[in-house]
This record gives sequence, C-alpha cells and structure tokens, in this order.
Amino acid sequence: MAETSGQSKPRRTALHQVHREMGARMIDFGGWDMPVSYSGIVAEHNAVRSGVGLFDVSHMGEIEISGPQSVDLIDSVCSNRAASLRNGQAQYSGLLNPHGGFVDDLLVHRISSDHFFLCVNASNQEKDYAWFVRNNAFEAEVRFASADYDQLAIQGPRALAVATRLTHLDLAGMRYYWFAHGEFAGVPAIVARTGYTGEDGFEIYMPPADSERVWSAILDAGARDSILPCGLGARNTLRLEAAMSLYGHEIDASTTPYEAGLGWIVRLQKPSFCGREVLVKQKTEGVRRKIVGFEMKARGIARDGYRVFVDGTAAGKVTSASPAPSLGKNIGLCMLPVQYARLGRRVDIEIRGRMVAAQTVPIPFYKRTRP
Amino acid sequence: MDYPIDYLYTQEHEWVKLDQDTATVGITHHAQDQLGDVVFVELPEVGTKLQAGNPFGAVESVKAVSDIYAPISGDVTEVNESLLDAPEKINDDPHAKGWLVRMTVFDRGEAGQLLDAAKYAEYVAAETEG
Repeated sequence: MAETSGQSKPRRTALHQVHREMGARMIDFGGWDMPVSYSGIVAEHNAVRSGVGLFDVSHMGEIEISGPQSVDLIDSVCSNRAASLRNGQAQYSGLLNPHGGFVDDLLVHRISSDHFFLCVNASNQEKDYAWFVRNNAFEAEVRFASADYDQLAIQGPRALAVATRLTHLDLAGMRYYWFAHGEFAGVPAIVARTGYTGEDGFEIYMPPADSERVWSAILDAGARDSILPCGLGARNTLRLEAAMSLYGHEIDASTTPYEAGLGWIVRLQKPSFCGREVLVKQKTEGVRRKIVGFEMKARGIARDGYRVFVDGTAAGKVTSASPAPSLGKNIGLCMLPVQYARLGRRVDIEIRGRMVAAQTVPIPFYKRTRP
Repeated sequence: MDYPIDYLYTQEHEWVKLDQDTATVGITHHAQDQLGDVVFVELPEVGTKLQAGNPFGAVESVKAVSDIYAPISGDVTEVNESLLDAPEKINDDPHAKGWLVRMTVFDRGEAGQLLDAAKYAEYVAAETEG
C-alpha cells in the first residue's frame, strides 16, 4: 500500500465528495481517485445483472470534432467507418497508430454530418487529442471537451424502466448504439444506449455542474428497483464476463484489432487509414497471437500479468482475470500464440510459483438473453 | 472498530493472539474491509515453518490478492480448513471465526516488535487519513 512518490495528486470527478459520503472505497485508477465499490463488488455486480446499477464514469474523456471534413479526419485514424454512421448513431472503434496498434479504443457518436462526439479512455485522453490534432490535415476542428462533460452509466435489465422515469426522450424506442439529446432529470444531456457491462443500459453525458443532481435523481428513481451505486470493481468484473477489451490489458499500442478479436471494428474497404498496411497483411497472412478466454479448472484465481504455460513452456500472459460472480468460476483473458489458441486446450496459470490447471473456452463468457 | 486488546498487530494488518507458546493468526477488520468480499484463501500446510515478516499465504477478494505475512516465527500446527469452503468468514468475523493458522512459537520475544491494539488503531487511522 505504499504511496507512489513523484506522482501528481489524483484527479477527482465532480461527484468525489458524494462518493466519500456514501462510504465508497476509493482507488487510484489511471491517475483518478475513483470509487472501486460501495456495498461490495459482488452485490454491485449482481445488481447490474439482475436489476440496475449506477456508475460515475466522469473520468472518461470527451473530444468533439466539427467542420465539413470531420468524418474524413476520423476515418483517417480510426479502424471503423464513421462515414457509415447516421445522425444519432454511435459506433465502437479503434484509434490506431501506424503499426496498427491501439492509441485508444473509443465510441464515435455522429451528432450531425459536421459534428462528432467521441468518448475516450480517461488515461489516454490527452494522447488521443494530440493524435487527432497531429493527423488533422482536414477542414476539421478538434476540441478537447472533457471539462464540459460528466458521464453517468445506468446499466442492467431495469435500466430502461428507471431512466424512462427521468426523461421525455423515447428511450424504449432507442436502438442499441444510438443516442439523443434531451433533458434528463431536468438537465440538458446526451443519452446513449451504450455500456460496458454486457447488459442493456444508457450512458448519460451532462455538464459537471449538474452531475450531482442527476446522480441523486437516478438513485431516487431507481429506489423501488433496488438500484445500487456501483464502482469500478464491478465495472471490471462485468466487462470481463462480457469479454470487452480494456485498454492497457487486452489492447495497447502494440496490439492490433485482429489480435484482440476485434476484427469487426476494422473496415479494410476504406482505401487508407492509419495502420491499414499492417492490418491488410495480418488479414491476409493471419495473426501470430490472439486474445483467448480461459477458465480455471483447479483451485486458484488468475490475475492480470500472470504467466500462461502450455506443455510446461511459458507461452503468454494473462491480460485480465478475476472471479466471475455471474458464473461461479474463475476466468480470464490471455494473449497466446495462435498455435495454442485452440478451444478446450489445457493450459496452466502460474500462481505464486505454482502451476494451476485451466482450459481455454469460448468468449464472451457471459451473454445476456435479449428480450 | 474495536480491536481486541489482548491481541497484537502488524503494520501489514495481521493480528496474533498469544497463549503460552501457541499463536493464533488472522487478518484484521481493517484488512478485510480494504479487500472487500473474500473469495479465496491460500494457507500453508501443517508443519510449515514460518519466518516472522515472510509471506505464508494469500487472501483474495474479487478485486485483489493480498499476501499474508507471519507476525511471528513458528511451526504451523493447525490451519482453518473451514475457510476453504467459507472464506466469507474472514469478512464476517475477522478476529475470531476467520482465523487463519495456529502455530507453535519459537521465540515469544519477537512479539516485542508488534503493535498493541491502541497503537494499531492509531496506525490505521493515520493510514486512512492519508
């Protein structure tokens, strides 16, 4: 528990005091002092799977791109195709470097043909902004907008019912990965049907001055559904069960979308974009390594960074791992050479110097049943 | 939180209860609170020699794994097997039913290095402030 010396003071969201008053346990997450849990990770995880949970994810960054060639700038550095978006539609994408690795993963929202709203990872936001600016050979303006937005995520099968009580927007009619502008809890907001939990839900962007009011309104509106405030601990177990990538774990500057199992966000039909040459080659020749899911077969919990052994030889590393509350198993993702990536293969995870048996399994580990 | 006054404590948040040459060891209320829901415990086998200050096992929550350090040197005589099936006892009753190991102590003099309940409570308060 030693303090990291020489680091600047962790940053705080507008809701920091509210979290402390609610008894949240706080951790440093990528330079931000964030709630890891309130009532307990398992209780919060289960609330999102069976009911509804509320997350403060205001540490996430926002970048706005405007001007007639906005879409050209985005499509020149991102793997997915923003040009295929319609107004009010969002898309998951990769911001790539020239080697086809991730500068970041992000959500691209098209507000209008000349105005896009991007949601990026907290710890990458300055780097992302600089990358857009550096590649901006277009009639487009890049604006670092993080200070203008807080973000709350309301997630779970009861999220729609709870959110509907707070807005006149037609949320029931909003499709997954679409969004709308409107009043939410009396505050001007962007409400998107997106999330990072593997459940239905909404991500709500609003001015930081209003976030405390919206936070309280959601908890009040969700009281009869036993809504729980949820921290980053549950956010991690939820996204891991859904096998969603986390920057710095499954994806980073040296990992390509194909290696990460994210080929569906690569649009090679675009004639040129950052990293395309590498991706074309990988698509043709196949990848050498890829992200694989595993579950523990013997007693033990794998953790991020543990070594993975195949037939007694160190073959790869765990990128994310944890107990999976919804599955009653200990699961993980790891990066393995493709020759070892066959499903059902026995692998061993090195846990505190001991080899503990595991087996590769299909991902996602958890998939919600859609109504 | 009241810490039992007849126990001694480490800065790594273990407790030890000495009874003649027998020591019972566990993790403190503060430690389990920091960890959250305990889901897994790894304990040494009976007969293992523990060296004061060295790790001898681990307590894991959903979020994290935390090494447990021997507060005092000795031979393990008993481990709390009930924790294998019910690790949540560490959260529910860290200072009694959630005990980890019993051991025969080599040198009770080592206990002089440990904190008493009042000093430990101060230490936790200071750490929480920071």
